[in-house]
Amino acid sequence: MADIVVNGRPRDLTGVPPHTNVLDFLRACGLTGAKEGCAEGECGACAVMVARPAADGSGTAEWTAINSCLPPAAALDGQEIVTAEGLGTPDALHPVQQELAVRGGSQCGYCTPGFVCSMGAEYYRADRAPAGDGDRYHGANGFDLHAISGNLCRCTGYRPIKDAAFALGFPAADDAIALRRGSAAPPVVATELRDDEATYVRPAGLAEALSLLREHPDAVIVAGSTDWGVDVNLRGRRAGLVVAVDRLPELRGFAVTEAELRIGAALTLTEVDRRLAGRVPLVSAMIAQFASPLIRNGATLGGNLGTGSPIGDAPPALLALEASVVLASAEGTRTLPLAEYFTGYRESKRRPDELITEVVLPRPVSGLTAFHKIAKRPFDDISSVAAGYALDVVDGVVRRARIGLGGVAATPIRARATEAALENRPWTEETADAASAVLAAEGTPISDQRASAAYRAAMLGQSLRKLFAEATS
Amino acid sequence: MTTVAEPVGSPLSRRPHGAVVGAPLPHESAALHVTGRALYTDDLVGRTSNVLHAHPVQAPHAHATVTGLDVAAAYDVPGVVRVLTAADVPGVNDAGVKHDEPLFPSEVMFHGHAVCWVLGESLEAARRGAAAVEATYAPLPALLTVEEAIGAESFQGAHPTLARGDSAAGLARAARVFEGVTSFAGQEHFYLETHCSLALVDENGQIFVQSSTQHPAETQEIVAHVLGLPSHAVTVQCLRMGGGFGGKEMQPHGLAAVAALGATLTGRPVRLRLTRAQDMTMTGKRHGFHATWTAGFDADGRFTALEATLTSDGGWSLDLSEPVLFRAMCHVDNAYWIPDITVHGRIARTHKTSQTAFRGFGGPQGMLVIEDVIGRCAPALGLDPAELRRRNFYVEGQATPYGQPVRHPGRLASAWEQVIRTSSLAARRDEIDRWNARERNRKRGIAVTPVKFGISFNLTAFNQGGALVHVYKDGSVLVTHGGTEMGQGLHTKMLQVAATALRVPLERVRLAPTRTDKVPNTSATAASASADLNGGAVKDACEQILARLAPVRDALGDPSWEELVAAAYRERVQLWAAGFYKTEGLSWDAATMSGHPFKYFAYGAAVTEVEVDGFTGGYTTRRVDIVHDVGDSLSPLVDLGQIEGGFVQGAGWLTLEDLRWDVSDGPGRGRLATQAASTYKLPSFSELPEQFHVALLDEAHEDGVVYGSKAVGEPPLMLALSVREALRDACGAFGPAGHSVELASPATPEAVYWALTAARGAS
Repeated sequence: MADIVVNGRPRDLTGVPPHTNVLDFLRACGLTGAKEGCAEGECGACAVMVARPAADGSGTAEWTAINSCLPPAAALDGQEIVTAEGLGTPDALHPVQQELAVRGGSQCGYCTPGFVCSMGAEYYRADRAPAGDGDRYHGANGFDLHAISGNLCRCTGYRPIKDAAFALGFPAADDAIALRRGSAAPPVVATELRDDEATYVRPAGLAEALSLLREHPDAVIVAGSTDWGVDVNLRGRRAGLVVAVDRLPELRGFAVTEAELRIGAALTLTEVDRRLAGRVPLVSAMIAQFASPLIRNGATLGGNLGTGSPIGDAPPALLALEASVVLASAEGTRTLPLAEYFTGYRESKRRPDELITEVVLPRPVSGLTAFHKIAKRPFDDISSVAAGYALDVVDGVVRRARIGLGGVAATPIRARATEAALENRPWTEETADAASAVLAAEGTPISDQRASAAYRAAMLGQSLRKLFAEATS
Repeated sequence: MTTVAEPVGSPLSRRPHGAVVGAPLPHESAALHVTGRALYTDDLVGRTSNVLHAHPVQAPHAHATVTGLDVAAAYDVPGVVRVLTAADVPGVNDAGVKHDEPLFPSEVMFHGHAVCWVLGESLEAARRGAAAVEATYAPLPALLTVEEAIGAESFQGAHPTLARGDSAAGLARAARVFEGVTSFAGQEHFYLETHCSLALVDENGQIFVQSSTQHPAETQEIVAHVLGLPSHAVTVQCLRMGGGFGGKEMQPHGLAAVAALGATLTGRPVRLRLTRAQDMTMTGKRHGFHATWTAGFDADGRFTALEATLTSDGGWSLDLSEPVLFRAMCHVDNAYWIPDITVHGRIARTHKTSQTAFRGFGGPQGMLVIEDVIGRCAPALGLDPAELRRRNFYVEGQATPYGQPVRHPGRLASAWEQVIRTSSLAARRDEIDRWNARERNRKRGIAVTPVKFGISFNLTAFNQGGALVHVYKDGSVLVTHGGTEMGQGLHTKMLQVAATALRVPLERVRLAPTRTDKVPNTSATAASASADLNGGAVKDACEQILARLAPVRDALGDPSWEELVAAAYRERVQLWAAGFYKTEGLSWDAATMSGHPFKYFAYGAAVTEVEVDGFTGGYTTRRVDIVHDVGDSLSPLVDLGQIEGGFVQGAGWLTLEDLRWDVSDGPGRGRLATQAASTYKLPSFSELPEQFHVALLDEAHEDGVVYGSKAVGEPPLMLALSVREALRDACGAFGPAGHSVELASPATPEAVYWALTAARGAS
């Protein structure tokens, strides 16, 4: 057991219960800047910065903002954290703190340390550069407002926070936190933290992980803990054994060939987006709408598929792309088309002793793709309906149509009847309208607090019309 | 040569040259906020030793009798120290001031009602202990919606009627009469900091409760009556709150009492902090309302009469439902002269959390009704809604339905005309019409709405404030006042008032935490009036001190502040003072719903433009322009923040925030379905208007208020009605001219989709 370095000072993990999250650990250390607002990764009041390997794979470090309420403290064994307290003091404010303070960016102040850390990570983003006049969501200083879209403020209405973000300059040459990026991120250490009831293990490699899973079929597998952390915090769930797979090198590969893309299941969504670099617009579009950066900096494709949620945002896109998942166990590996993977509500063909190691996308990718997400709020919300489209339109005719849907059945599904209603037909408004009627009847939408069944069905019926209108406008 | 104008106004409102009030200062705690050093109640736990943690046992029924409560198994859980039940209460088992809120109930009145509390060495131990308590229940029928309560005639509290003239005759002489029903949802406060109390007992039995409360004096009162102690045995302190918005006006009391009871029984500090889900399922929210109305207009589109019945959803107990209803009824007129009017009010009793104060306190609900009436009637009257609104504005000499003359109605007209001009409303209206004619799948809408909001507590007695100002021998100044800081910048303003009144630099003044043993018998920090009340009291205390210093100053010639104070001390001059302020000229008769309840009105107007996606009902707010009346601002940066923040919070209520209870007949009946940030969505960056222009109304000196200022906390929230009306306008653009759009509230994308679909289908 090593320590967590917090604001430059090692903090001992000995005796910390395995289910204790990073937030409670920090607060028990006397660092009460990070706050609990929701305990489910939705408000960002607990955000902190961690030193991670640069998402582009370059080998240096970058400061990444995460929700500290979700991962257990054990997950950051050996890692480095900076909190709002570590960025500056009242007598020596950090530039981010200075801009927020003087512009009225804090009112009650409770969400503020989290905003400071999310803004801090974007302030230190290595490729942030002046960007002309900017736009609604981008400052002339290259600040991407989406970076703080996972932070909620109930007081200000956000305008002064936006102004503070867009007023930021660039780190000074002697800024120690900026300089830290120049060397490698802390190495990942194999960890075991246990108490009388529970054990948290970070195995050193895939073989050890698979052998643990074979011995403990009831173990909970976690990557970013963005789902499990919610269960622990809100539902009081506890596990005898938690196995962390998010930093296993075997799950963090990324390979591009003529025929396919192989994406490591434990790359964070942020990393996936950066590595894909726009090669698969449908995945980029999906990730841009997936929760918030604070979540995407922890969440993985493997986790999104592993939980099997019918309202996960990745499956509709991946189904449309005809993705496959690679499952590994101590016995070997197998590859399953994603369309055959889901078997029921939060159930799949993955056996308890299996890990998702990779997601494979065939190439080339269809020319006409789109991701439609229906939610109450454009930023950081959960879908009531999601649809992923991948269409090949050749000489005005739909040669191939693949449509994945979420939120309309117990599992993510392919809209096969709609695909059939599109294929080999001219790509016209008439075809889109006719296929829309088919799409409106796909799945078995229900009414819940997010949307009525009637609205969900209506959104299916509208989605293809919207796709056609936007593709041909 | 420059001429310096003589200060204007009354002795209270006159602002001296070089005043510190009026400077655009950041929040006085901003440097602490941004560095994570600002302490909130729960941050004190790690600085307190031997703390016990409290966890509730929440009932899984909307309505039930508690038939058994076996707590023995909880004591078998390692770390459980004590279970608190009704039998432990030495005083009154009640969390409120109406004696209708048993703290430990024998009858469960809403899903999630806490029937007992478990104290543990850790929160984990307390949680497990609570899970081990064996509670049994006999379920009873439950009413969940206002409509169900109306059907069952389940009401509570007053049934007031506010009337002027003869509304039946007014309707009879109308050229056009319209009827409608307007129902709309409540709102969760979602202060980022959930409720929290930390209670300690000293060697002499003195209780000290640190609480996230907007009303420390009432928290003290309830803790005292639960413990059976006089008030002098209880001290309540509030360092600051991580947001309040009215949700911490009455709701903290019972929670503080549980912590204090636990501390009394165990002799150890007790921390009670609600999780988000507990906070959302146990504490009250903004009242949703159901309104029926009949409105008459003359041939020129002027109101002849209005008849309305407002039924609020009070939840299980009265709490603040009566004053919220009164304020709703006093704001049904909003900015409009309605000669003959009858408004009935009643409070539904439902099996939900006890709904409570929320920024605007009924004002938003009353105004929503009249703006909905106008928004729905304008197309049928063939009038632009903006013109219909303007035509009905109060003018000088007219009075509200409750008989209070409307002072300075010209200021509303000024704000209205200014915002129409600065927003280029007319040109943009034309541009939008052209855009809408061109675009099939997306439509834009624009609307302008006014706000007239009465400032003061309806109940006259609450309109008093207190302060304690100490000047120390070194010239430094410590100010304590009766108001609490929840982010609204009250402390910043009070520092500015003290520095202005004493004529010392701001740096010489420091603010102490709000405590009931410093300033007693305070009113809630509520009704937007805290700067008026506490500012008046701080100014009074400072002026008492200055008056005592005057002879010393005269004797010394032109001393520095430090020389003056040191000399005064040597001459045995009292260097501290208790200040007091009460708002003059108020009256209110709740029986006849008439009088002069408000010191003045705050005015504002907003223009909002939205764009709606016809495929989904999704929308964005493209631009907002606001002109708002804050008098002569005490602190312009603070006031700007209140206007912007209030507007966005109001827009959240009206468009996004969607409280849903399980109203099925299944086993979950009564359960709050949206009890987390993942299901209850607040405005985020995506709801920030793309362009957001806020101006303060010029020449707005208010001569009855401290340094000429006006209250700002609540009124701007209602400017967000312009968002709802802009959405209505955009939905209407999908249909034929003259179509009256009915829009649900909140106007979520789903609600907007149904409204625009109806417009498309209209002939």
